[in-house]
Amino acid sequence: MFATEFEYKKANSVSEAIQLLSNDADAKLMAGGHSLIPLMKLRLARPGTVIDIGGIAELQGITANNGILRIGALTTHAQLAESPLVRDSARILWETAYGIGDPQVRNRGTIGGNVSHADPASDLPTVLVAMDAKFTIQGQGGITRRGSRTVAAADFFTGAFSTVLAENEILTAIEMPVLAANQHSEYAKMAHPATSYAVVGAAAVVTMDGNTCTVARVAVGGLTPSPVRGQSVEQALVGQELNAETIAAAANLIDNDLGSDIIGDIFASAEYRRAMAAIELKHAIFHATGLAHH
Amino acid sequence: MKIQVTVNGKAHEKDVDPRTLLVHFLREDLGLTGTKVGCDTSQCGACVVNMDGTTVKSCTCLAVQADGSQITTIEGLSPKGELDAVQEAFWNNHGLQCGYCTAGMIMTAVELIDKNPNPTEDQVREGLKGNICRCTGYHNIVKAVLAAAEAKRS
Repeated sequence: MFATEFEYKKANSVSEAIQLLSNDADAKLMAGGHSLIPLMKLRLARPGTVIDIGGIAELQGITANNGILRIGALTTHAQLAESPLVRDSARILWETAYGIGDPQVRNRGTIGGNVSHADPASDLPTVLVAMDAKFTIQGQGGITRRGSRTVAAADFFTGAFSTVLAENEILTAIEMPVLAANQHSEYAKMAHPATSYAVVGAAAVVTMDGNTCTVARVAVGGLTPSPVRGQSVEQALVGQELNAETIAAAANLIDNDLGSDIIGDIFASAEYRRAMAAIELKHAIFHATGLAHH
Repeated sequence: MKIQVTVNGKAHEKDVDPRTLLVHFLREDLGLTGTKVGCDTSQCGACVVNMDGTTVKSCTCLAVQADGSQITTIEGLSPKGELDAVQEAFWNNHGLQCGYCTAGMIMTAVELIDKNPNPTEDQVREGLKGNICRCTGYHNIVKAVLAAAEAKRS
């Protein structure tokens, strides 16, 4: 399958990429191309220009400083899954990256491309919402003219395949707090058997004082156009001693947070996905806390 | 657009339409038909080649993205007339039937063993997740990869 004809331009810096974007209303950015190329081959996307940002050095790199893990937008899923720094700073992200696609997809697909594509069935958006990640976005004008802004993960996703990114903006990095020793995290998903995309995905990050939960952040995705924070669940977890009963009771409250816009398709009906959200969330919280369960 | 790519140690400079996929560039422009087009949707892995040290699905990579890169295809794994340890192991263990998936399987297995010289059976199965075989099932393929890893270690 071939894409429709397009002009190919390679950007060597973020500012060059923004310049190219600003001068061309019909341009798309390409990082690893693992979301964009399939769309172009199916002709669901027909950009007149493809701007290849895959070689921009300043978008690479994983660092942790002052309690903040910073991941360059071009970091591949394989780099996340192979990084001891990610493992020790954000275990949920490390484990989730390893579960994406297959080795070849992980070798090319990037975290920035993944979240900018904003596929509802993707794993990383849900995880990043639960991790309270911040997305750094660079626009025209440079730092002196409010060219750069930071958006919370929960506000970045605005719907299926939609984000707050403006046409001349680039996601440059994703930052999140490094998890402390008493913060436990886990992502659980009902994976589509062929693609391993999330039919329903659930992420939990819990802060524990002994057996008692002091802070909780949970999110679900896959069944909603963009990830949903489970605030009812979080409120029910905080102050509780976590055990089979309290976790199950809290996870069941996710239904209150889901709203009415639930995805249903040939793989799983909306009703089924809604029922599975509580189950996957229960798995995520259980595994995060290290409790045994069935 | 002009691109420069080194494939199996040989430098090529070619003019390509930007929408040309790497797999078509390899097969049609360079005549390297060992790499196959299977599903053409980045699921099946028949098109796996090694680009700058990691495996990629060449049906989901534009030839222009490969500009300046070093590529190894199944044809470049071993000198003419010889077999790489993984190729040898696939032969010895009957790790193929029709052979359509084999080039991709082998390219993936080479990277897998490079990264993890002593893989468990589970790790081999997990590592072959992006390669689909529709003939044999995976039993002999997994056996072949384990045997190749052992042969490379000794």
